[in-house]
Amino acid sequence: MNSSIIVFPGSNCDRDISDALEKLKFKNTMVWHKDTTLPKSDLIIVPGGFSYGDYLRSGAIAAKSNILNEVIKSANDGCLILGICNGFQILTETGLLKGVLLRNKNLKFIGKDIYVKTINTDNKFCNKYKKDQVLKFNIAHNEGNYFTNSDHLKELEDKNLIPFKYCDKEGNMHEENNPNGSLNNIAGIFNDKKNILGMMPHPERMIDQMISGNDGANLFSSLLN
Amino acid sequence: MKITNNIVEKHGLKPDEYSKINELLKREPNLLELGIFSAMWNEHCSYKSSRIHLKNLPTKGKQVIQGPGENAGVIDIGDNDAIIFKIESHNHPSYIEPYQGAATGVGGILRDVFTMGARPIALLNSIHFGSPEHPKTKTLLNGVVSGIAGYGNCIGIPTVAGETKFNSTYNENILVNAMAVGHAKKDKIFYSKAKGLNKSVVYVGSKTGRDGIHGSSMASTEFNENSEDKKPTVQVGDPFAEKLLMEACLELMKDKSIISIQDMGAAGLTSSSVEMASKGELGIELHLDKVPCREEGMTPYEMMLSESQERMLIILEDKKEKDAKKIFDKWDLDFVVIGKTTNTNNLTLKFEDKIVGEIPIDALASKAPLYERKWTKKKLPEKKINIKDLKKIKLEDALIKILSSPNESNKSWVTEQFDQMVMNDTAQKSGSDAAIIRIHKKEKAIAMTVDSSADYCKAHPLTGGKQIVCESWRNLISVGAKPIAITNCLNFGNPENPKIMGEFAECLIGLKEACEFLDFPVVSGNVSFYNGTNKKNIDPTPVIGGVGLIQNTQNKISHVLKKEGNIILQVGKTFGHLHQSIFFKEIYSITEGPPPEVNLSNEKNNGEAVLKLMNKRLIVSAHDVSSGGMIVALAEMCLPSEYGLKIERPQKLSNLKEYYFGEDQGRYLLEIEAKNLLNIKKILNENNIFNESVATVQKHYFEMIDEFKIDKNELYKANNKWYNNY
Repeated sequence: MNSSIIVFPGSNCDRDISDALEKLKFKNTMVWHKDTTLPKSDLIIVPGGFSYGDYLRSGAIAAKSNILNEVIKSANDGCLILGICNGFQILTETGLLKGVLLRNKNLKFIGKDIYVKTINTDNKFCNKYKKDQVLKFNIAHNEGNYFTNSDHLKELEDKNLIPFKYCDKEGNMHEENNPNGSLNNIAGIFNDKKNILGMMPHPERMIDQMISGNDGANLFSSLLN
Repeated sequence: MKITNNIVEKHGLKPDEYSKINELLKREPNLLELGIFSAMWNEHCSYKSSRIHLKNLPTKGKQVIQGPGENAGVIDIGDNDAIIFKIESHNHPSYIEPYQGAATGVGGILRDVFTMGARPIALLNSIHFGSPEHPKTKTLLNGVVSGIAGYGNCIGIPTVAGETKFNSTYNENILVNAMAVGHAKKDKIFYSKAKGLNKSVVYVGSKTGRDGIHGSSMASTEFNENSEDKKPTVQVGDPFAEKLLMEACLELMKDKSIISIQDMGAAGLTSSSVEMASKGELGIELHLDKVPCREEGMTPYEMMLSESQERMLIILEDKKEKDAKKIFDKWDLDFVVIGKTTNTNNLTLKFEDKIVGEIPIDALASKAPLYERKWTKKKLPEKKINIKDLKKIKLEDALIKILSSPNESNKSWVTEQFDQMVMNDTAQKSGSDAAIIRIHKKEKAIAMTVDSSADYCKAHPLTGGKQIVCESWRNLISVGAKPIAITNCLNFGNPENPKIMGEFAECLIGLKEACEFLDFPVVSGNVSFYNGTNKKNIDPTPVIGGVGLIQNTQNKISHVLKKEGNIILQVGKTFGHLHQSIFFKEIYSITEGPPPEVNLSNEKNNGEAVLKLMNKRLIVSAHDVSSGGMIVALAEMCLPSEYGLKIERPQKLSNLKEYYFGEDQGRYLLEIEAKNLLNIKKILNENNIFNESVATVQKHYFEMIDEFKIDKNELYKANNKWYNNY
């Protein structure tokens, strides 16, 4: 599988994702933000970090970069797109995914391990997971509080466009297990065609039991299925 | 402009220092030159009060590649891997402007590490605030923590360990110490010493603005009522710019184009250029018209004294400019040749085709003032309090009170604001005895810790100095690492006061003795004097950053209890020393008396024995016994685990409180499997290491036979409420 990781000057999870892909033998290319063409890719990843410093709204400037135009074109052609953390923020800023990521409800950066439950596994990204599986992921963000209008929220739920929701260790999805205030405990969403996934947790940080856990590995191996 | 006494005083220079400047120049300085002298001769840059004592510290060792004197210290961890690390203070700026002060503290220490060719892999911090009731504490705590987070999270280096403490001694002068650790190839380390004539001196990074002018001079005086006015001397950080600078520098370092490189930290362009020229015994000529400026109309004085962040000075090999510039263009950073090396041994400054300043380099560096300040010794205070004379308190009530006190409470409110996982090598996070970072794509890992004990150092600086080195050593051993070397950040009051200078001198003697005995050399560090306001000095607070090596990350050890039925063995003898303990301070507000005695040979023997057991894979988990004594350490092993403990009352006993809350040194708690007990005791006894079984792992309850039985959740609640309620 051919993959590309978009590297902005302030990306800081690009190496971690590249390591995860390398482990699973993806043929990966790092694509510099000033490039104007993309190599042929089955999967494009927009990684976490602080794209252009994010002193303006997170992802706002990155969404206007040249390379993102190419990403949008590929997305519309059906290419798989994965935006993690800042990548998710960028995808919402481009409009590829609807809704916005607000400041966390406690108005602080949150960096910790959390649990998510798999809601939809019938897609390219999550097919190696079981439905209602509880996974340990790590989050690290200032703006991860997902918000959208009520019509879109209903659509997300009705069309099963939510792969992951925040929960506790036992899988209970209550407000107290919602780290950042996201509507309906949403940790990630798809577009209509489910070829684009945006998520706040970092699956690439959970690929090694000795370091932190390996609940993220199946997300990448799902893509090879 | 005529230099008046008033101008000299405003530059923080004493009249005799000004006379010395006239002597060295053989004329009066102009204002620019005076500013440069003031920047280089202040305490922060010149170490004029501390150098005489610092030179006694052990700085060499089998694994030391570079000791103090460079941007950071370098140690050898085998296979051509080197670890580069240093700790530095940013106390004064953080008190005036907590967010930016703390953020730029992180930025500065990161530059010290990547300047030498290392990719930073971890950040640590030691932050000390006034009492929680003090009206400024909350704002300062919030600002400092978010400043550290804002910088480290953005640049993408995990912040993995630290300490957050409260003590009224810091009410008017907080401490913010930041430590950075990086990894480099041993054969690719870069130094600041200039070499060769007519080599290009290149300015890279962010533009120069008017921020931070006289920052280092501000950090070299005590605060007074008007300190708020010093806000403009605090620099403003831009972590995104630092990320660009770091990546560009590391990219340039892959090639052989750099002769020497130095970050512009305290005293900016002045200290970086003087440092490089001084080490290379050369002169340096700068054309200030070429300095990239953020604002129009900046004067040479402002350019030379600005402490704008995220800037570097590089001396390049001939004909490398074009390729080097390409790299900085890629990262959208300024790259300007602003001068060259010369054989004049002078710092020569040109502006608008005129020489605007010319100072012999040695006048700024080697001939800077050096003081042998008067200092007084402190006697070991007597033990005056007998526990039997104090009002009775139940053991479990005292424990709960300590676990819910600001200093002993769970610190996840702080550490969850940090990205601890980015770079994906964090094998152990904050809250452990030491953090563990795997060397990328290798088996081995390094362990890191920062520690301080101001109460011990205040009570008896000599013992306190020793103790803090031992504490660092114990924390590293507790996670399965072999201790290698330390960096130190020495936070003290006004060195012109003989009592304060005595605290400094004696802490350093303690440090020296412990480092020598444990073969734990000092490879880098920083001195911060003048921590105080209106003649009220802070308690002496040396902070130690220790680094150790774990050969295989799989063998890391945590303090989290693992299995029901396992036994807790304590290594090291308990005498029941309560003076200067958390127990006396929190429960009875008693702050007098001597700190616990430090027996270096016990420390060494106990530590080495524990490591030996770990290497035989006989230890399941481990924790060092420190503030709060054995009972707090036992509780700390329960808290993050799924288990409780059943604690046996000691058979021979003087007093239960002394036994459980005493802070005797050199002790470890080891969780072991019951089947290994005899074998382990045999190994320890053969080596004359005192040991005793103290508890058994069980479910649900933290209990002491015939004394108390607490639901583990109660313990957890007590430990987790303070920050959330503050």
